[in-house]
Amino acid sequence: MEFCGGHTVTIFRYGIRQVLPQTIAMVSGPGCPICVTANADLDKAIALSQIPGVIIATFGDMLKVPGSHTSLQKVKANGADVRTVYSTMDALKIAEADSNKSVVFLGIGFETTAPTIAASVLQAEEKEIRNYYVLSLHKLCPPVIQAILDSGEVKLDGLICPGHVSAIIGSHPWEFIARDYGIPCVVSGFEPLDILQCVDMLVAQIENGESKVEIAYRRGVRPEGNQQALKLMEQVFEPCPARWRGMGEVPDSGLKLRQEYQRFDAELAFDIALGPAYEPTGCICGDILRGVKTPLDCQLFGKACTPQYPVGPCMVSSEGACSAYYLYGGDFGG
Amino acid sequence: MEVILEDKILLAHGSGGKLAHELIEKSFVKALANPFLAKLDDSAVIDLSGRLAFTTDSYVVSPIFFPGGDIGKLAVCGTVNDLAMSGANPLYLSLSFIIEEGLPRAELDQIVESTRKATQEAEVEIVTGDTKVVHRGSADKLFINTAGVGIIAEGVNISGSNARPGDKVILSGTIGDHGIAVLSQREGLSFSTRLESDCAPLGSLVAEMLAASPNIHCLRDPTRGGLATSLNELAKQSKVGIRIEEEKIPVREEVLAACEMLGFDPLYVANEGKLVAIVPTEDADKVLGAMRKNRYGKRAAIIGEVSGEHPGRVVMKTVLGASRIVDMLVGDLLPRICKLLYAIGREHSEIWSK
Repeated sequence: MEFCGGHTVTIFRYGIRQVLPQTIAMVSGPGCPICVTANADLDKAIALSQIPGVIIATFGDMLKVPGSHTSLQKVKANGADVRTVYSTMDALKIAEADSNKSVVFLGIGFETTAPTIAASVLQAEEKEIRNYYVLSLHKLCPPVIQAILDSGEVKLDGLICPGHVSAIIGSHPWEFIARDYGIPCVVSGFEPLDILQCVDMLVAQIENGESKVEIAYRRGVRPEGNQQALKLMEQVFEPCPARWRGMGEVPDSGLKLRQEYQRFDAELAFDIALGPAYEPTGCICGDILRGVKTPLDCQLFGKACTPQYPVGPCMVSSEGACSAYYLYGGDFGG
Repeated sequence: MEVILEDKILLAHGSGGKLAHELIEKSFVKALANPFLAKLDDSAVIDLSGRLAFTTDSYVVSPIFFPGGDIGKLAVCGTVNDLAMSGANPLYLSLSFIIEEGLPRAELDQIVESTRKATQEAEVEIVTGDTKVVHRGSADKLFINTAGVGIIAEGVNISGSNARPGDKVILSGTIGDHGIAVLSQREGLSFSTRLESDCAPLGSLVAEMLAASPNIHCLRDPTRGGLATSLNELAKQSKVGIRIEEEKIPVREEVLAACEMLGFDPLYVANEGKLVAIVPTEDADKVLGAMRKNRYGKRAAIIGEVSGEHPGRVVMKTVLGASRIVDMLVGDLLPRICKLLYAIGREHSEIWSK
């Protein structure tokens, strides 16, 4: 299994499945931050956008993802103030420029994005920006892999560990997978040759009857990770249970703001009233994220659900498995 | 009234009154001087004969200044290139400015000056124009609309529906330069690159290609949506398949590096000074030779061919030897979150070291 959506895209973009021997089957994992965001959390972001005086600052990919009833893109067209930003710095600038409004940044992503978002909270504190908030929907990778393995739904022979996540957390946090579950792990980069080298290293471990954590992405990842970034993340956030699409609540797999920084927490600052969350009928994004099914098993795929008119998040996000299958697949690829 | 000393554009500059006249005469007519414009009549009156190509486009690029150009140069080149892609010799353009109040006069003058330079290089004239000023927030600094006309020579028949199986696909140079250069200037995303936009008028390149062979079947400039989208349009219009080879497509190292950082595929990144030509096999070398002699076609290459299989689709042989579909761009090109924030954190390491 390749955990990371970035790897999924590389695999499809370069046709790696075609050049691998038939004995190797690649399974796409849950490593797309947009895709794993649960509908209940999307609904929360949409509800925040309806509060007068609130500006939602978010990455563009989030706009199109349908929540239970609507999407940020649609509420924006109806007058909600939703702004696409390229970084947390943009969101801080919006807050500084308009101190009468409250800016809520949608904190999406894994260990890769959390340090930069943590830095924005510290910056806001330093500059005394009092109208900047974060809706922390961050997810942590090792706990969810553990949840997938514990469910027993997929039988994995090897794990391609995410490159950028590992650049932050290092390779040590994957060791329990090799040790306790006997599954070889290799951290990979994002170039096609990185993936091929990683597959080769996994096969070698399997053939030798070994299971250990190796790094194929040495130019990006050190075993101990990036201490600076980790320190930042730990200073601002602490682990909490998180809802994952398709997997429900996974303990210690999310991040919330620590007590000292709670005044930046959008969930505490605003009164959000939410109805129950709904999943679109027929959509199997949850199963796809767990690696149990592929997009080709979905009856909506390519028919009712396309990148132009996406039903589920895996078709919206450029890192989603459905989008990769659709854009690069067809009769000639994967 | 000290009108000349106004250093910002005011609503009054678009009112039709004295300030408007002063702006038109001092900023536009003077810089873009030609007999048509100097008359200040309601319409330009032009004698033309032959098959006329007529096109229009609007420009809303942000930021309005970027490495290698600005919105004014872009407006001229974009419209000149649309005419050239029909095989026309571009001749006359209109130029309309929609200005957000508060735009510094100096910036406007700079844009008018680069507009003038671009018309000079492209050998076209601005023969009519208009200026409106709108309230702050109703536009983003400056929007430009241009229309243009050109004449198509006898015997030239270029259309997106003319591609035939066996034809060669020629690309005039590196892809992705414009899109990445503009993105590198976006607020909050600034990353250091020496890259400049490829924004250029392609009239002379097309004229030299047509002189080498008037039998060129299709021409297209892969602007927004990139090469992938242009090739898909041609495949669909001509009801043919197009096969390209990844390793033959020229891409600059800087563009590859930025694409890797943002999670982009260079095939979808915008160009403003490139064209793709579909040419009968027997004429391909002649056309390629002519292109390489022009300053805007130095890195031209045959990147693939037209086939009768899989009509309407574009298929690429990847560097690994596998084949995959190349679809059109859907929606906007968006950076991938993980890659982006990680890259920003690493690039601006002071953010993490606080």
